[in-house]
Amino acid sequence: MEALRLDGNAAAGLLSEVFVGEMTTAVGTCDGCGSAEPVGAVHVYLGAGTVLRCPHCEAVVMKVVSDGERIWMDLRGLRTLELVP
Amino acid sequence: MPIISRGFKGRRRDDAPRDRVPPGQYVTDDFPVLSAGPTPHTPLDQWDFTIVGEVDERRRWSWDELRALPSETITVDISCVTKWTKLDTVWEGVPVDTLLEGVETSAEYLTAFCDGGYTTNLPLADVTDGQAWVAYSYDGEPLEPEHGGAARLLVPHLYFWKSAKWVRGLRLTATDEPGFWESNGYHNYGDPWKEQRYWGD
Amino acid sequence: MWPETDRVKTLALDVADWPGHRAGQHVDVRLTADDGYQAQRSYSIASAAGGPRVELTVERIDDGEVSPYLTEEAHTGDRFELRGPVGGYFVWDPDPHGGVLLVGGGSGVVPLMAMIRQRAANHDAVPTRLLYSARSWEDVIYRDELERSRNHGEGLEIVFTLTREQPPGWTGYSRRVDRELLSEVAPTELALTFLCGPTPFVEAVAESLVGLGHAPSRIKIERFGPTGG
Repeated sequence: MEALRLDGNAAAGLLSEVFVGEMTTAVGTCDGCGSAEPVGAVHVYLGAGTVLRCPHCEAVVMKVVSDGERIWMDLRGLRTLELVP
Repeated sequence: MPIISRGFKGRRRDDAPRDRVPPGQYVTDDFPVLSAGPTPHTPLDQWDFTIVGEVDERRRWSWDELRALPSETITVDISCVTKWTKLDTVWEGVPVDTLLEGVETSAEYLTAFCDGGYTTNLPLADVTDGQAWVAYSYDGEPLEPEHGGAARLLVPHLYFWKSAKWVRGLRLTATDEPGFWESNGYHNYGDPWKEQRYWGD
Repeated sequence: MWPETDRVKTLALDVADWPGHRAGQHVDVRLTADDGYQAQRSYSIASAAGGPRVELTVERIDDGEVSPYLTEEAHTGDRFELRGPVGGYFVWDPDPHGGVLLVGGGSGVVPLMAMIRQRAANHDAVPTRLLYSARSWEDVIYRDELERSRNHGEGLEIVFTLTREQPPGWTGYSRRVDRELLSEVAPTELALTFLCGPTPFVEAVAESLVGLGHAPSRIKIERFGPTGG
């Protein structure tokens, strides 16, 4: 049991600053295990930055850091993102 | 300009001596838990700490061996890049100097690696001369898993993301290899007194 | 603003240029102190879409950073910043081809209440059951409205479980949500579950639902973190 774990919802506001359209219904494919899930279903951890992890294998799907003006994203763990902008 | 919310203060302490609080930080009495992933729970009989990489020979300590090394109890202030600072935190652990004793290396950098995959990079000069510990006890109690137990790296002169939780070893490297956060926006060095939070600061 | 329970208040906000929202969505609230200190928290919208104001229901977390301010200090006329609405994944779906189960723990009931209100406003016919776990009858948020809703029929059923204290004569559930309780409460022909509350509650319930054979892909989850609220 992970008391600190949140869902993709928790990253929705942050992602809305970067992406056009609703991100939590976008479907991401994990580059680690290949499973595909809506972003709303990923596990979110709030550390120094925001980390999105695959709900199946916990591999890092996305890292997001923001200083209020710049946003840095590491998307290496995301093989594909399917969205309807 | 953000909208000021009348009467909002938050839960900071405002009585701390200013010269102990790095710029842009607020003092808290809490110990916030921040995490980049699920909490690892490595059984102690499977736990070890290793020094690998650009070294004459690898070093390894089991949990019992690490605990048998001479330890220090220290009181330090810690600062997280998310703006909270906690004063007078008490830790017990093994100085990294002790672990590096007799290690021959030409490396100038290291990467701390951890259960769960987290990494952070540091100059070797920043973990020697009494600046860093492998800490297994906080405030007189065994370090709790959510705060990095069994053991975490403790490097209090830098932002606390460098004090890697669930540390399992140090890999000494000839070149500087940005770690988990350093490769994605957080400052490569992270001196709170120079407010080195992000790339370009 | 008005109280819902001893620890919980609803704030009705006038939001400039509010684009409208879907039941289940939330907003990120940011507060800035006069010295520039900032704190941010997410709150689910409690009101259905189309109302004149955006209602947020906030539970006061002891030693919290933001909730004590919102529930005890803030008064009419105060201003804060909102980002949103966000969260298109956890929203009311009026046509899931089967029954809907809403499971809320503590303040996790807030987005589920928005869904119930939306369902009523739409006159949606989808059979819906709310399982609401609260510490005591006094801690049940929206108690009067939920009592009225369950008596109106329209395919909405409400089951409470009061885990710490029950009023005299209580014949309902009085324990934490477990697999057996869920097997008795979850609708047959369950098409979709919305599950919301503190993370430990949510993870235990999700595990039980999956253990009962419900497909993980049809369980939508909103974890509120370690303390909920």
